[in-house]
Amino acid sequence: MAEGEGTIRLRPPRNRLDPRAVGWWRAQWLLLTAAPVAVLGILGAFIAPARFWLLMPAAALAGAGLLCAVLFPSWWYRTHRWEVTDDAVYVSTGVLLREWRIAPMSRIQTVDTVRGPLEQLFGLATVTVTTASAKGAVRIEGLAHEAAASLAERLTRITQDTPGDAT
Amino acid sequence: MSTAAGADPGWRRLHFRTVLVTALVTAGVAAGAAVPVTVALSGRLGYARAIGWELAGAALLSGCAAAGDYVRWRRTQYRVGAERVDLHTGLLLVKRRSLARERIRSVDLTAHPLLRVLGLVTVRIGTGEQGGDSTLELDPVTRAEGERLRHELLDRGVPQAPGTHREGALATLDPRWIRYAPVSFVAPMLGGAAAGGVLQVSEWVGAQGEVIDWVADRFRDTPLLWAIGVLVLAALVAGVVGALGLWVEMWWNYRLEREPGGTLRVRRGLFTARSLSVEERRLRGVDLVEPLGVRLVGAARVDAITTGLTKDEESRSGDHNTLLPAAPRAVADAIAAEVLREPGAPNGAALTAHPRAARGRRLRRAVAVALVPVLVQAVLGVLLTPVLLWTALACGVLFLPLAVLLGLDSYRSLGHTLSGGYLVTRSGTVRRSTAALQRAGVIGWTVKQSWFQRRAGLLSVTATTAAGGGAYTARDTDACEGLAFASEAVPGLLEPFLDRG
Repeated sequence: MAEGEGTIRLRPPRNRLDPRAVGWWRAQWLLLTAAPVAVLGILGAFIAPARFWLLMPAAALAGAGLLCAVLFPSWWYRTHRWEVTDDAVYVSTGVLLREWRIAPMSRIQTVDTVRGPLEQLFGLATVTVTTASAKGAVRIEGLAHEAAASLAERLTRITQDTPGDAT
Repeated sequence: MSTAAGADPGWRRLHFRTVLVTALVTAGVAAGAAVPVTVALSGRLGYARAIGWELAGAALLSGCAAAGDYVRWRRTQYRVGAERVDLHTGLLLVKRRSLARERIRSVDLTAHPLLRVLGLVTVRIGTGEQGGDSTLELDPVTRAEGERLRHELLDRGVPQAPGTHREGALATLDPRWIRYAPVSFVAPMLGGAAAGGVLQVSEWVGAQGEVIDWVADRFRDTPLLWAIGVLVLAALVAGVVGALGLWVEMWWNYRLEREPGGTLRVRRGLFTARSLSVEERRLRGVDLVEPLGVRLVGAARVDAITTGLTKDEESRSGDHNTLLPAAPRAVADAIAAEVLREPGAPNGAALTAHPRAARGRRLRRAVAVALVPVLVQAVLGVLLTPVLLWTALACGVLFLPLAVLLGLDSYRSLGHTLSGGYLVTRSGTVRRSTAALQRAGVIGWTVKQSWFQRRAGLLSVTATTAAGGGAYTARDTDACEGLAFASEAVPGLLEPFLDRG
């Protein structure tokens, strides 16, 4: 970081996600690696001559997947944060590629709540806030689903009360 | 808000000559297909009978097409009401579409040569929203009716701030601008396409082998390198000729006008006449685009950054939102200023350069890209044949200096600043773009920082907007300065989330 008196940084948003998000991310990693590992493993079991060349990458993939499943989610839990003020929605994500997104209330067009099957299992939900820009959507993933519902309701109320033509 | 809408609330039809147009177009297609068919049939039937059959077929086809279009014409009606524009159409199912007039952002008139001869135009009324159903197409109406629709739908009687900026023609075509046509990327592309086209057509006729033999014959006594050079040169010449032709077709009769009621209008086209209207209150800025070749000769193109340009099939051509074709930089600056009603073009403002660390990143990336083919060939060369080692060396000697030059230029291109009511970002080397975006048009921020950027004290600040490309980015700015820039650009939005140390 640059030194000097004028150091400016983005501060982390106030709120953490639901702790269950860690489990949800782990499950995603495991499922993501399980599919190719299973295919390679089954092929390896049946094709004797190529067994080594099938099982070795399967093992490597499984190892990498496990490592990611252990490391990343708890790391993400520390950096994925969100905050809603009266004027804006503020979200930060990512560890290696950090990203901060800000959408002002006056420009919000839609507020959606989505619950995928895996998210439902963990009692989580995703809130997506879109603006008129094709590239300006802000997603808050891994909220407890009651919290997501009340947040979506609150956002909808604030955006209705905030004047602005959204473009 | 409506002007003369009340005078004619009734339903109107498209112009009846559409049936004639369809019949002629179908006949034209049939005539095109007739050539290979004649060749194929004449062997068995003799020329006279083959042609006879074809005439009958073509007549049948055109008749069917005309009948279909007649039904379409019968069943298509449109109405411009005080509040809405309605279009009823559909052959089997009646499709009723309705647009709120206040949401209409653009009215485009286009006419291909046949329509022009018949005095017709195709009118496309757009709201500019994403999705297929946002555009109404009236295909075709008379030219006068098209003009009337355009005026009626876009003139909202909103008096624009009376300024020093004039109405009427802002720019007309200067034929000398054609010199920028061959340096665009169109030329080499067309050249390649021409070479490919020759081979393709010869394959259809079954003479591809002969064409290749003929070319090989020409170069029997010349060394291979010369032959390649001459062939590339020939393709380039073909490309340049094509680019000139394309430029004339696209930009002939070009005129950029400001019309009463605050609308910018671009008209152009030799055979196909195109007209694009942009409401000024939808204009969020302009983008000064300088493709490498055009930039080297000191020219630039001006694109509009605007909400509500329809993003349908028509926009594939990419020049859809161009306000000014490649023209001398001074002209481009003047037009940008004129379009924005500013005393000087914000795109021309002095820019804050980005830190040196950004240069390192650019150089490393360019060199890495250049090294990929070199390394691949070197590895293959070691494994297979030493010839590849020599080509790897040649590639390295050729590409590496080029990569360094492009990397340095890419760094020099980086810049951002605030100029009056505009936020200006510049980046790119092969296609350098200097975008001036109204600060009021910024509808959000995205800040990104990769692990490498964090180590170098850089980050990328993206202003999202409803207009144009949706996002304009200042890449690899100094971490603090970039945030300060974003915070200042839109007061109050970023400030609550900043830690000032």
